[in-house]
Amino acid sequence: MVQMTMISAIQNAHDLAMEKDDRVVVYGEDVGFFGGVFRCTAGLQEKYGKNRCFDAPISENGIVGSAIGMAAYGLKPVIEIQFADYMYPAYDQIVSEAARIRHRSNGDFTCPMVIRMPCGGGIFGGQTHSQSPEALLTHVAGLKTVMPSNPVDAKGLLLAAIEDPDPVVFLEPKRLYNGPFDGHHEKPIVSWGKHELGAVEEDYYITPLGKAAIRRSGEAVTILSYGTMVYVAEAAVEETGVDAEIIDLRTLVPLDLETIETSIKKTGRCVIVHEATKTSGFGAELAALVQEDLFYHLEAPVARVTGWDTPYPHAQEWDYFPSPQRLGQKIIETLEG
Amino acid sequence: MAEQASSYPEIAPLKLHVPEPGCRPGDTPDFSEFEIPRAGAVPKPELDASADDMLDLAFSIIRVLNKEGEAVGPWADDLSPDDLKQGLRHMMLLRAYDTRMMTAQRQGKTSFYMQHRGEEAVSCAFQVALQKGDMNFPTYRQAGLLIAGGYPMEKMMNQIYSNEADPLHGRQMPVLFSAKDYGFFSISGNLGTQYIQAVGWAMASAIRHDSKIAAAWVGDGATAEGDIHSAMVFASTYKAPIVMNIVNNQWAISTFQGIARGGAGTFASRGHGFGIPSVRVDGNDYLAVYAVAKWAALRARSGFGPTIIEYVTYRAGGHSSSDDPSAYRGSAEGAAWPLGDPIERLKQHLITLDAWTEERHVQAEAEVMDEVKTIQKQAEAIGTLTSGHPPSGRDMFEGVYETMPPHLVRQRREAGY
Ligand SMILES: Cc1ncc(C[n+]2csc(CCOP(=O)(O)OP(=O)(O)O)c2C)c(N)n1
Repeated sequence: MVQMTMISAIQNAHDLAMEKDDRVVVYGEDVGFFGGVFRCTAGLQEKYGKNRCFDAPISENGIVGSAIGMAAYGLKPVIEIQFADYMYPAYDQIVSEAARIRHRSNGDFTCPMVIRMPCGGGIFGGQTHSQSPEALLTHVAGLKTVMPSNPVDAKGLLLAAIEDPDPVVFLEPKRLYNGPFDGHHEKPIVSWGKHELGAVEEDYYITPLGKAAIRRSGEAVTILSYGTMVYVAEAAVEETGVDAEIIDLRTLVPLDLETIETSIKKTGRCVIVHEATKTSGFGAELAALVQEDLFYHLEAPVARVTGWDTPYPHAQEWDYFPSPQRLGQKIIETLEG
Repeated sequence: MAEQASSYPEIAPLKLHVPEPGCRPGDTPDFSEFEIPRAGAVPKPELDASADDMLDLAFSIIRVLNKEGEAVGPWADDLSPDDLKQGLRHMMLLRAYDTRMMTAQRQGKTSFYMQHRGEEAVSCAFQVALQKGDMNFPTYRQAGLLIAGGYPMEKMMNQIYSNEADPLHGRQMPVLFSAKDYGFFSISGNLGTQYIQAVGWAMASAIRHDSKIAAAWVGDGATAEGDIHSAMVFASTYKAPIVMNIVNNQWAISTFQGIARGGAGTFASRGHGFGIPSVRVDGNDYLAVYAVAKWAALRARSGFGPTIIEYVTYRAGGHSSSDDPSAYRGSAEGAAWPLGDPIERLKQHLITLDAWTEERHVQAEAEVMDEVKTIQKQAEAIGTLTSGHPPSGRDMFEGVYETMPPHLVRQRREAGY
């Protein structure tokens, strides 16, 4: 075990994947020589050469489109979109192409590739360096969407994504890159250095896609969360003292329906928390699924706590962010309901 | 606002410039402004020539067959009369197949069809210049790549009919084929996306130190898509082993090529901004297309990087079975197209070589049509979009992912499969 940040865990996963399989190639803007603006690919070019890790032009559709061609050839491209906010120029290639090539060609051509994107707020990134576009991805048939919340999962899930035969979008909450988040932005960032989820196995291991993790078991209410919000949930539970079960979904598509169902059958209550805007957000999908499948087990309406339906603001970042207080209040209301 | 001293002259208010084609319905077509060099006039650069060494080739037109049907100049290649007869047969097969499939669409046996009339030489000659293992990333108007590549025509028809034997199980619109073993990438309905994918495939071949090359295809209209620009940046940056084809058939549905071209001299000349060697070729000249394709393919395979080829041709038919070109272009324009008909021109050349006759040609036309009709009967015996056995609804759920995830299993059950 070695204490790693999410960044070093992701770098380590790249390294192991490239060592294991020489078809793995890694590229993106500033990814090669410099190792990425967040340093997630540091040292890879030096170790594996420019043939397997290189800088790309600032052309997101070019990066994704070329990776589709490489995947069709038989390589395993792992590409970085510098910020998830810049996936929109590449959205057509992701949605109309990568997601569909297997189906439309009846398996003649496939797209085993990973598109990594740092996402989410909490670093004063303003409107264009803060978004969580998962709902725009989970809506697309043929894609898998993953969002880890800690170094241990980040490594295992990334290695699983690289092994996966289908295109996987791997969203990395950048607020968690250097340390967990306890919901109190005024406090200095605590590093992963002493956190149990920062203690990462050095060898190759897989965390399977489609399996949620229970971060805290409880009887009173189920909190469905992922990414940074897992820590907001923990802080809200601590502040309210409610015996909540916190589920970290980890993979949004495919979704671990079983774990969600088992938990809600036990607690009879469900609060969903995510950072992205509310309307048509992934929380709406979760709420609908819970309602469809578990209506008769529910003792209160399913509740949602999310970012507001505004562009992500710069100075008001912490007003936008779902806070432990906002979540805590919703939990209490749900218990009373 | 304070008065400003200005050295500006009086200027009239601005007006938006919207280019217009030379000929609309009712007008007499006039191609007199269209500069066509003599056959044999354009030089053939060395394989390793740089873009700067051959700037003129992006503005001229490489031609081999002259008016008399003779092959002349430095691009006249070594195709034997037998090779040429095979090329003629491919083009005739494609035309007969087009005729039958257009009729089938009109008879309601399928929803949609797109024909190649006038452009047969482009895809048929290009395919012959490739080697096994190379990969085309085509659009919908390059079925000649499949025909010249020996892909079974019955499979093409099964795809068009979306019948039970459709290799794509009814998931794709007619003519959006996929045939990996024949070097034919799955066609998207989204224009231009394949261009950058082709560059990625070519980069992968280079990354693996392979010897295969890619060929990308796009129409003149779709060159305006951002993916084409990205593809040129990537191809130029990484010197990808690729041939980047632009089929300029003058029309993008009802929009003439000047709308997508903008102020650029030619589509090929766009390559100059990227340092990519770029040429224009007479797309109705089988010999010229073959020679240019072979040269560009060899350049790519030798590690000299990408080449842009603009095929100057004319879309003699409608855009698709849903299109009526008489609503937007002069009805006599096709007949006035100065580069002629590719099948006629190759036929004349073979006659000049004493390898063919008018009588033999008429006979071949009948033979080819019979062959296509027989294949069509076989396909229709399996089914059409509106008769026989359709693919199962179950097929829709398969192959979205390699392994069906639980939510799709649920939905498939809900649908009753
Ligand atoms: C991204 C996208 N936009 C629009 C269309 C609709 N569309 C289909 S074909 C076509 C014209 C294409 O013209 P061109 O590229 O010149 O090719 P041609 O049909 O002449 O061979 C258009 C606009 C589409 N399929 N995809």
